[in-house]
Amino acid sequence: MSTTTPNLPDFDLEPGALRHLAAAQMGVELDTGDMILNLGPQHPATHGTLRLVVRLDGERVISADPVIGYMHRGYEKLTEFRTYPQITTLINRIDWLSSFANEVPFIDAAEQLMGIEAPPRARYIRTILTELSRIATFVLFLGEMGLQVGALTPAFYGFRDREHVLNLIEAVTGGRFHPNFNRIGGLKDDLPWGWVNETRTVMGKILDACDTFEDLVAGNEIFEARTRSIGIIPPEIGAAYGVSGSNLRASGVDWDLRRDGKPYLAYPDIDFKVWTHTDGDSFARYWVRLQETRESARMVLQLLDQLPAGPIKAKVPRIIKVPEGEVWTETENPLGQMGYYVVSKGATGPFRVKIRSASFSNVSILPWLLRGLFVPDVVTVLASLYFILGDIDR
Amino acid sequence: MTDVSGTEAPPTDAPEAPPDPHALDARHADLLGRFRDELGAGVLDAVPVFGSPVVRVANESWRTAAEVLRGRLDCDFLSFVAGIDWMPAPKEGEEGGGDTSSPVQPSETTYGAAGSAGRFQVFGRVQSTSRHWGIILKVDVDEAAMLVPSWVPVYPGADWHERETWEMYGIVFEGHPALRHLYLPVGFEGHPLRKDFPLLSRVVKPWPGLVDVEPMPGEAPEAAVTAGEEGS
Repeated sequence: MSTTTPNLPDFDLEPGALRHLAAAQMGVELDTGDMILNLGPQHPATHGTLRLVVRLDGERVISADPVIGYMHRGYEKLTEFRTYPQITTLINRIDWLSSFANEVPFIDAAEQLMGIEAPPRARYIRTILTELSRIATFVLFLGEMGLQVGALTPAFYGFRDREHVLNLIEAVTGGRFHPNFNRIGGLKDDLPWGWVNETRTVMGKILDACDTFEDLVAGNEIFEARTRSIGIIPPEIGAAYGVSGSNLRASGVDWDLRRDGKPYLAYPDIDFKVWTHTDGDSFARYWVRLQETRESARMVLQLLDQLPAGPIKAKVPRIIKVPEGEVWTETENPLGQMGYYVVSKGATGPFRVKIRSASFSNVSILPWLLRGLFVPDVVTVLASLYFILGDIDR
Repeated sequence: MTDVSGTEAPPTDAPEAPPDPHALDARHADLLGRFRDELGAGVLDAVPVFGSPVVRVANESWRTAAEVLRGRLDCDFLSFVAGIDWMPAPKEGEEGGGDTSSPVQPSETTYGAAGSAGRFQVFGRVQSTSRHWGIILKVDVDEAAMLVPSWVPVYPGADWHERETWEMYGIVFEGHPALRHLYLPVGFEGHPLRKDFPLLSRVVKPWPGLVDVEPMPGEAPEAAVTAGEEGS
């Protein structure tokens, strides 16, 4: 393509992607001269290897084409070559900020197919660790979002508070980022001595940190000016693109799989509020995640109060063979709806695993969403959607 | 779902039958009933799978099914669209085979819930954010034509999912605006998620875990020796 047309930047895209580029070159559409800006794959504002090919008219975005796959690791293929216990290691690396939450739906799928139910204590500890992953993911976002509008301080707070939570996760699982702690039928280990009290203390710190973020970032005039009424996702369009989680709740859709989906973990046993915001803009997404961080901290405190005693692992055969069948499981992960469609043919490994990751769908709305925005707003909209590259590319 | 109001008293000492894990709740039974009414002959088969309806629809009704679900049954949320290849993966020694370390799958072709007419299927899930119900749809893909109507006109989010399915399985979505590579580089040959596409890293070099395996105490050491020889 680029060899036949001189003067074109050397993009290795297919012809379809470059229609607009060709049109601009020929000067058919516009005389002002559009500009193609290539954001990424290595760009500070893209949080990894997301590449955006944006066509600009002055400062305004006319069209945006995300190019993904720079980190595609082929997990769906790899799962067909692994046994069930080995797969949790892989799926830890999909959304690496909340690895523990990734394991839960897959383990749930295997357990449902095998007809095993994890004991109550294991379910509670799973719920606690899932919520801790959510907090760790969100406090980082709360700080990082400030960074994207030029505020340096919140980022340090974000990392500091995430560290408290990661220490807790590490104390239980031994891994800061990739716990690999779930087993089919329960958990690898019980909670260490003194962990419950330590967690209570840290949750207090997190609640304080949320107040700080509310004052420092959400209440900041510059922050509001940069995020209010920018990047609005209407609820029906967001849903049709598969945008889920906090991003959709920020558009006023009152839908949370922890409350509204098929009951899983210990969520039916606790009280919590599902936060929504009506605006659907970048600010609303920030605000909803801020409230959800608080809510998660409160949920952890509730769960710690109700934590039952008992075994942490059900009786499971030594060699895990999953009976023939298929199952769909979905959970509310920090980034949105995470699901696995597991097809088993009675072997020690699955026949097919479809991984539905949240960021993939959340980012697929970008071509629609970025149209008409100014370039600096592209950065804040990307940050407010909050995606993890591993969760897009799988 | 059976009527137990008859005169026949159930035996008291028999253990209570465990509840059927597949049974649909009232909400999903209602959704399935209404979907059947709307689509009529387009529904080829429908089974409950762990509380969620799985429906196989005819290829020509694939887009109508999406229109019905989005327009009349409030399924506003697109979860995913994906493909599946039901052919068993070739074993070692067969063409396309060669991997020795992966779990052994049965060598006969079986089709999952709601059946299939052939090797390839596309399946997807849509759900409702207001009514909290969801449905999984499957559609058979003719191996010669490899065509399925696209969902992009109904759910714009199907765009990327269909591009992925196209490059991974070679299934063409009719009416998709631009089927081009999503994950794979331009010019990539083959369809990686097809079962006859080997995992090249395993073909070139056996899985190291297979070579390094040491016999468990009290276990015959032969298995380990053979594996070691294979690796050398």
